[in-house]
Amino acid sequence: MVKRILLVGVGGQGTILISKILSAGLAQLGYDVKMSEIHGMSQRGGSVTTQIKYGDKVYAPNLGLGEADIIISFEKSEALRALPYLKKGGSIITDEREIYSVPVLTGACAYPHDALERLQAVVPRLMVIRAAEKAEALGNIKAQNIVLLGALVRAMGLEQADWHALIAQMVPPKAVAMNLAAYDAGYAME
Amino acid sequence: MDKKMLSGNEAIARGVYEAGCHVAAAYPGTPSTEILENIGEHYKKDIYCQWACNEKVAFEIASGASIGGARAFCAFKHVGMNVATDPIFTMGYAGVNGGLVFVSADDPGCHSSQNEQDNRYYAPHAKIGMVEPSDSQECRDYAMAAFRLSEQFDIPVMIRMTTRVCHSKSMVACGERQEVPVRPYERKTEKFALLPAVARARHPQREASLARMEEYANDCPLNRVEGNPDAAIGIITSGISYQHAREVFGDDACYLKLGLTYPLPRKLISGFAARFKTLYVIEENDPYLETAVKALGFGHVVGKEKIPICGELNAEIIRQALTDAPAPETYHVDAEAPARPPAMCAGCPHRGFFYTISRNLKRIVPVGDIGCYALGINAPLNGFDYSICMGSGISSTIGLAQALKRQGDPRKVLGMVGDSTFFHSGINSLIDVVAADANVIACILDNSITAMTGHQQNPGTRYNLMGEPSPVIDIPDMVKGTGLAPERIRIVDPLDLPAMEAAIRDGAAVTGPFVIITRRPCVLIKEVARANAGKKCVIDPTKCVGCKLCTRIACPAISFAGGKASITEGSGCTGCGLCASMCRSGAITKVGG
Repeated sequence: MVKRILLVGVGGQGTILISKILSAGLAQLGYDVKMSEIHGMSQRGGSVTTQIKYGDKVYAPNLGLGEADIIISFEKSEALRALPYLKKGGSIITDEREIYSVPVLTGACAYPHDALERLQAVVPRLMVIRAAEKAEALGNIKAQNIVLLGALVRAMGLEQADWHALIAQMVPPKAVAMNLAAYDAGYAME
Repeated sequence: MDKKMLSGNEAIARGVYEAGCHVAAAYPGTPSTEILENIGEHYKKDIYCQWACNEKVAFEIASGASIGGARAFCAFKHVGMNVATDPIFTMGYAGVNGGLVFVSADDPGCHSSQNEQDNRYYAPHAKIGMVEPSDSQECRDYAMAAFRLSEQFDIPVMIRMTTRVCHSKSMVACGERQEVPVRPYERKTEKFALLPAVARARHPQREASLARMEEYANDCPLNRVEGNPDAAIGIITSGISYQHAREVFGDDACYLKLGLTYPLPRKLISGFAARFKTLYVIEENDPYLETAVKALGFGHVVGKEKIPICGELNAEIIRQALTDAPAPETYHVDAEAPARPPAMCAGCPHRGFFYTISRNLKRIVPVGDIGCYALGINAPLNGFDYSICMGSGISSTIGLAQALKRQGDPRKVLGMVGDSTFFHSGINSLIDVVAADANVIACILDNSITAMTGHQQNPGTRYNLMGEPSPVIDIPDMVKGTGLAPERIRIVDPLDLPAMEAAIRDGAAVTGPFVIITRRPCVLIKEVARANAGKKCVIDPTKCVGCKLCTRIACPAISFAGGKASITEGSGCTGCGLCASMCRSGAITKVGG
């Protein structure tokens, strides 16, 4: 059985770090893991996606439409963009944070402020969390990714890995305590 | 054996290191860049490595090392290989002394490229070996195998990768470096001095060695049959497509998994193909394998008639194409996510340049090139009309100017390249602009780094790939070296809008070549970011009249809501002040720093 996770966000939100920690944790749990990230033009504030697949044996690193078991979205409208990749019965965990792209800022297109209500109407397993806000309260909005990691670990039932140790290894030493608090806060979110 | 989670690019670097490589060179290009970055970061003690000013130079550095007896490596993206093909084709005839291996990193889906060309065709065209890894472990293993094959068959070997192989991570078992002695250098004009008489003699020798290599390919560990031998379906595949095929068909098919894909193992393919009434070739982009299978007489093979040629593949696309599985069920909402193209960063020096361009479109026709400044094309800046390839931002202006003149269009053509693109090939373009006395404005946007690919050093920066201080090649000096009159060369700070405007107007007012060099370092360079720490712009809401002039520069730090502009907290504002110079009501001030 292979599980498929799709992480979506905006360039600069730290999707790469969370996927590193996540794949290390999944490997620790004995799974075959593949992680695929697309960068290049997606830096500089564009949409960013990372795909993680794990199971007994994983072949292809990327996923197709209707295949994701769970989508973790760092930004509200990106959850909307990623929706076609969610399989029926799959879940979405999304931050309610809004980040405006240049076309929105210049008025060339409208921002869908009602994205969550729209998603709620069709996706039964939708969890909206204030990860960025929580991270900011803990000291740095950049820890948003770790809050989301906590929520993801709980949603996917991956508690057996030593996530605290992995986080401590992979974030800067002075940010360890805050990131551990961020993880715990994300894990506790309902 | 040590196991590590590595990307395909990291695994290639590891394999190159373990293979005892001595010399490596590359020009950065997504998705290949991290290969040389990794060699520079981890293996520079054992491997001399450098960024070359372009891919041709990189391959020539590697060629010289190989002729000299060293194991040599280089890497580039698929379109970069186009630049390097001149020496590649000739080294195809010459062969090697020390192993000569290079990566072509193709980009199916055009994630970060101007096309999705399939470079597998280069292998038969240039008469060189080709291997195609399908995951990170194979990247490490095939890199090592490529050096052995190169020396065994006296041939350059291409490792053909794709974005998904380069940028996916999986577990890799690594070993230790094998120290391979540099082979003695001897003068061998009959092999390496490719004059016509030598080339004529080398060609049949290459054909003979390709035949020997094909014999090897028919029975080598890189090409294998696996899966269910009694299955009704046979699948021939290579590279990342192998992973998609296995995901879809699991143990319900028998696979011919090809790792050494030029020369193709025709005997092995024929033996496999003859066993299956249902025979698929699963490959991304062009029908490279399928054409070969058909040429062997297996007309029943199914490939591109069902699997798309265009775009990147995934397992679901293969499933829909080749099985009767129902379309995947998903959710649908009747709302669209807003466009989110990558944008120039807050504080980007290019923004001042492009704003000035956008104000002068009655005077000039702007032409773009490859780099961060390609982001200037988006509205509202609309910073250029077309872009082709590295360097064309200047060279194509010569022809465009002629075409416009012949239709009575009075506008002057303005071309642009970045600093790294100028060193790459823009310098040749500029030489022709000056030599042809072309009526164009050539702009060099110098932000002191190769920015788009993630900040690599270039000949205009103070360090090299190995982290050592290196001489700085001065762009204005090079431009002056063409003999262009000093009054036709302007150096400006692109964030100084009046100076920028004057430079473009002056350039447009004269007939003949005019060069504008914009100089201001990228805000993401560490020292620059440090110097900008604490600086920002603030907008006084009591003074803001809601005229939206400041939104014309398309800065991601500026929001407009409720009739007022504001600087978004945490949006990366560097206090560059460009918005302040737009504001006519004095509402914006620079603070901090």
